[in-house]
Parts: sequence; C-alpha cells; structure tokens
Amino acid sequence: MPRITRAAAISLAAATLLTVTACSGGFSSESPTPITSESANKNPVTVLIGSSGDAETTSVKTAVAAWSAKSGIPAEVKVASDLTQQATQGFAGGKPDDLLYVSTDQFAGWAKNGSLEAYGDQLPNKSDFYPGLVSAFSYDGKFYCAPKDFSTLALVINTDMWSDAGLTDADVPTTWDQLEAVAKKLTKGKRVGLAFSPEIARVGVFMAQAGGGLLSADGKAQANAQPNVDALTYVQKLLKEGVAAFSSDLGAGWGGEAFGKKQAAMVIEGNWITGAMTSTYPSVKYTVAELPAGTQKGTLQFTNCWGIAADADNKAGALSLVEFLTTTEQQLTFAKDFGVMPSVKSAAEQYKTDNPTMVPFINGAEYAQNLPSMPGAADVLKDFNSQLTGLKSKDPKTILDSTQTNLQAIAG
Amino acid sequence: MATTPGLERTETSAPTPRSHHARLNRQQAGAGWLFVLPMVVVLGIFLFLPVVMAAWVSVADWTGRGAPWGSNVSFVGGTNYAQVLGGQGLAGRDFGTSIRNNLYYVILVVPLQTALSLTLAFLVNKRALKGKGFYRTAFYFPSVTSSVAITVLWLFLFSASGAINAFLGLFAITGPNWFQDPRGIIHLILGGGDGPAALQQPVLFGISTWEWLAGPSVAMCAFILMAIFTTSGTFMLLFLAALQAIGEETEEAAMVDGANAWQRFRYVTLPMLRPTVFTVLTLGTIGTWQVFDQIYTGTRGGPAKTTLTPAYLSYDAAFVSQDWGRGAAIAFVLFGIIVIFTIIQRLVLGTGGIDRTTRRELRSARLIAQASIQAKGGGDVQA
Repeated sequence: MPRITRAAAISLAAATLLTVTACSGGFSSESPTPITSESANKNPVTVLIGSSGDAETTSVKTAVAAWSAKSGIPAEVKVASDLTQQATQGFAGGKPDDLLYVSTDQFAGWAKNGSLEAYGDQLPNKSDFYPGLVSAFSYDGKFYCAPKDFSTLALVINTDMWSDAGLTDADVPTTWDQLEAVAKKLTKGKRVGLAFSPEIARVGVFMAQAGGGLLSADGKAQANAQPNVDALTYVQKLLKEGVAAFSSDLGAGWGGEAFGKKQAAMVIEGNWITGAMTSTYPSVKYTVAELPAGTQKGTLQFTNCWGIAADADNKAGALSLVEFLTTTEQQLTFAKDFGVMPSVKSAAEQYKTDNPTMVPFINGAEYAQNLPSMPGAADVLKDFNSQLTGLKSKDPKTILDSTQTNLQAIAG
Repeated sequence: MATTPGLERTETSAPTPRSHHARLNRQQAGAGWLFVLPMVVVLGIFLFLPVVMAAWVSVADWTGRGAPWGSNVSFVGGTNYAQVLGGQGLAGRDFGTSIRNNLYYVILVVPLQTALSLTLAFLVNKRALKGKGFYRTAFYFPSVTSSVAITVLWLFLFSASGAINAFLGLFAITGPNWFQDPRGIIHLILGGGDGPAALQQPVLFGISTWEWLAGPSVAMCAFILMAIFTTSGTFMLLFLAALQAIGEETEEAAMVDGANAWQRFRYVTLPMLRPTVFTVLTLGTIGTWQVFDQIYTGTRGGPAKTTLTPAYLSYDAAFVSQDWGRGAAIAFVLFGIIVIFTIIQRLVLGTGGIDRTTRRELRSARLIAQASIQAKGGGDVQA
C-alpha cells in the first residue's frame, strides 16, 4: 500500500512542477515594433536605479514625481542594491521594471537576448545626444536607449603640491614628455607624481592618445597594434621610474582615494572625483586639466542609459518618462544635484557656465573613446585588467597579444 | 478432504489480525506521509526543482529572458560543458584558473583547519583547564560571526598599511600588499620570473604547468588564513563532542598499560576519533570547494584572477556575463568535483575497525554537535 502513497507523492510533485511552470508564465518573442500611442495605458511605471547616494536618489525621485503629476501616470522609483542582479531576475521572471539604468557592460548582453526595447530612434531629441554616446548604446545597427548622462577622464592636480614643486599654470602638461617631467618633479618620498588604477578604464587613455584603442574605427580587434604597444611601454616606463604608480599598489581602492590621502600629486580620474573630494577630502585643493596628448588628444568616456524593458507593462509611459528625463533642462538639474554631465549637446554651454572647474571633463566629449561593449567584452576587459596589474614586470606586447586573441573571438 | 476444514480454519481465523495489522500499517504510512508532506513540498520547490532547472539550463541556450522552458530555448547538448572543460578561449582558461586557485585553497585549508580544531578540542577538553567555558566560546565565536563581517575585517587587517603589516614591521619585515598581490607563493619561493620555457605549454584546462605550479597567491593566502580562523571553532565542537563520548576509562586503561601521552593520543584516541575526522574532512572539503561569499565581498576574483573560484565564476558567468548555460555547467562540474573528492576520502580513510558500540556512541555525539551547528543557523559550516 505504500506504493499508492508513493504514486500520490510523485503526482503531487508533478502537479507542483506544473504549477510553478504555469506561474512563471509564458512570454512571446515579439517582433520589434515601435511603441505606439495605442499601447498607451495608465499602468504604473516602475523605475529601477542604482544610486550613487541620497543626492541622486532624491533628485531622480523628484523628477519622476514631476513627470507623474504632469502625465497622470503613477510612477515609482526603486533603488537597487545590486542593479545587475535585480534587473536580471526581472528579465528572467518576465516581470521586469519598466525603466532601468543600463551600463555599457550589461547593455549588449541584454540587447542581444531581447530584454531591452530599441526605442532610440523614436526620441524627438535623438540628434542632440553626443554621437559617441549613441554608438555606445547601439547594437546591430539599432539605437536602443537614451544615454542618461556621461563621464570622461581628465588629469586632476593637487595645487599645493604643484606650487611647492615650483610649477606654474604654464607647466600643465600637454604632451607625454611633459607629463613625465612634471610627474618626476612631483614625486617626493613616498608620494608619487601620478597615480591611476590598474585597469583599461584608466590606462586606456594612453592608448587613445597614441592613436590606438582596443577596437579599430570599423569595430575590428586591434589590441596588439603598435600605438597600443607604445602606450603600454610608456606607462611601464613611468611605473619603473617610480614617478607613477597604480593606486592599488599605494594601498588605495581607487585613484581618488590615493589623491585624497595625498599619496599622489596627480591622478587620472573622472568627474565623479569632485563629489568624493567635497564629501571626503574637503581640505585637498585641486584643479582639473585635460589629459596630455600623445600623437593626438584622447580620453575615455563612460555612460549609462535609460533602458526600457521589452516586457514592460507600460512602454509608452516609460518612453514619455525618458523624453522628460533627457530634456536639456532636466539634465542640467541632474548635473546640479549630483554632479553628472548632460548627455545632450544643447546643455553643454550652460553646463560650462555653471561648472567652470568641470570644463576639461566636458571638453573631453569631443575626442573621447568608448571601451568595447559587445557581448563578452566585459570578460575580455577583466582579463586585460588582471594582466595590467603586473605591467611593471611584464612585456607589454605579450599582454596585448593575449588580449588580441580574446578580443578577436568576440569582435572578429 | 480431511484437511480442508483445517485449512478453512486457518483462512477464517488468521486473516483477521493480519488485515488489521495491514490496515494499521497503511494508516501509519499515510499519516507519516502527511506529516512529511510540508517538507517534501518545500524541498521539492526550493531544492529539487531548481536543481532540475539548472541541469536543463546547463544543456540549453537560455539567454536569461523569460522562463528557461519557453519555446525559444533549445537543447544544445554538451556545448556549455565543452566550453568550460575544453580549455579553449577565455571561458576555458578562467575555469582552469579557478580550479587551480581553489585546489590550493582546499589542499591548505582542510588539513590545517582539521589539525587546528583537533588541537583546540584537546586543549579545551583538558580537565585541568580553568575557564573552559570561556575558551570554548572564544574559539567558537568566529564561526557564529557573519562571513561578510569577517571578510571586511580581514580587508582592513591585511591592507597595505593595516594591522598585520604594522605588526610585521615591528620585526623589520615589509609585509606584502596582501589583497593586491597576485604572485603565487611557490613562484615566490622559486624566485619569481616567467619560468622555464618547457613549462609554458597549456596542459590541462588551458593552463600551463608553470601556472598550475604557481601556488596560492598572496591574496589567496589571506583568505586561507581567514577560512582556518573562522571554521576551526565549528570543527572543534565536533571533535569535543567525540572526545567527551570516549570517556575517561579508556584513557585510564591506556595509562595503566603504560602508554605515554603521545602514545595514548596516537594509538587510542585518534583511532576512536576516526569517524569524526572523516566527518570534519568531508564537511571541510565541501565547504572549501564552495567558497563564494568571501570572494564576492572581498576581491571579486582579483588580483589577476588569483582568487577566482568555480563558485564565484559560476555566479559571474550567469549574472554578470549573461552566459547562463556556462554558469550552470560550472556549477554541475563543481558538484562532480565535490562528489569525487568525498568518495576518495571515504576510500582512503575507511570507517571500519571500530566496534559497533563505539561507533554508535560517536554517531550520537556527532549528531548532537551537528544539531548545535544547525541551531546556530543555516548549517553554514564553512562560515
């Protein structure tokens, strides 16, 4: 007789399985059609953000509430503690948040598996976005999502150390040789002249300045091209001379920490450093300059976009919210509230007037490169970073050769 | 025909108690199933079902959007496994690196934590020791602390200008920048460099002999110390329970026979502890192969991928790289590794050679110890 109960148990398990299957719901792969006004509804729009702090959270919440009042569509802002994981769970479960921050690291993977809506071409102000940012969020020739804001890298200089070393405004380096010279003058005791973290997202500026970059203009892998070898050789030289150091070797988590703790007189960092300096190291006086040029000017840019989920409940509402959030005025408000740079060209002049110290960062938009972001690129960059840690004692060409092999596998 | 009445009698009289018995059995079985039903359902939904799903994902091309059994997900056979185990490309080499890292971690942590916990148990078990309760609590304390908290503490202790390096500085030793130092300690002992050219060819999982021989990196060593520190308390408790189950008489009998302290330990106590040693080694091996939270909170695989472990790589492949099939495949390969290691331990140690009574006593002692660990919460032995 236990046999009967066993059979019952098995059928119960099967029933459970079916229930769970049914609960998770089916999903249909829709062909990409533009978001139309017919799909408009009054479903609440949920916004998932990864916030840098209270200032950003409050600012986004205020903006979303303003849109909500105007449109009559309820909206809710959720702050993720681990944005990638929470978004991934939403996509897998078929019930994602309507609108979310998407980083360039995640963008291609989500565009490829159909999680994101390609709405970029429907934006009325699409020609106002910086072209470099539009290409960062284009996949398979389609402009997917509106760049939220962006950041570039520049040279941040400790003004006290600068004048102590007998340097003046005229000495701000514009070439690699000058950079080496001032770094030498600024190196004193345990303090190094220049610091940056051991990652492509910092060291990559030298590749851009040498006229290289991991990808060629037509998107082919060219990691071991001569300009890149020259760039790493130059960085290696600075490290070996002891005038530059990786922030991790100084015991700092990032360049900003090394700079704030006065372990380095200059760092290569993005505009987010100004927030950290105000809040954590208010006593350190600094100035910002554009990065020196190698054979050309070069820097890197980083950006996030407002991704609309393909399975969103209220795509039309989300699109209208994106239009509101990316207007020139709203972006200038965000810039004021939490220090980001507007992703539209029309806001640049006003931004420069409002933030004179940030001018070198926004000027970088003219010549900034994107890091590779096709599916699998994050792993290749991570591998490259892991090798960069040992740049001081490794052959630059060997590092770049292995990266080239990895990059070719995904970029061709 | 004469026997028929007899047969009839047995048929009429005997069935009554038998069928009664059967009914009782049936009722009891039914009640039993009823009682375990909640747990069967919970385990089914939260354990069995996810395992089946993960197994399917590991042989499918699910991209992370919608349910894995949707119509647009198809069976791809062993492609994901080949990608992981083939040693080709970044995916294969990352897996090889993670196995290398974790293997050194297991090889160092398991024997050291077993030896340390056994020593601690002996010390705490001494009758002469005053304040036993205090030491027991003190040694067990790291095990009840959250691993995230301990990892953060460790990051501070082992930072470039942290307490450990300050202490080493007292002896004029310049400590390494622990969590940023990717150099393997065997490489360091051998004097660094790139190694002989003969060892540069990939041999297994895309990793060269020279890389396999790197040893744990300095960063990994900090994690190894942490694992020993946090887990020895738990295992001390297991050993303590077993030691107390052995009883004084055995020890006294050995003393009467003229055995000295070392002989009593080596030839009397240790053989009697063998089942507990097996338990500790098995739990230790499983825990160390699954190391994840320290890596996730501490280094995320860095520096130079020397703290990358299969468990973390599996998470990273799935959640960060959206490569779900590969992530699930790594998880199943890891499962296979753990099973193989446990079987090897069982074969090497065996559990024969002890009379049945002792074994029963030891087993009950072990159960008590395990219950106390579970009471601590989650049964997370490898903190």
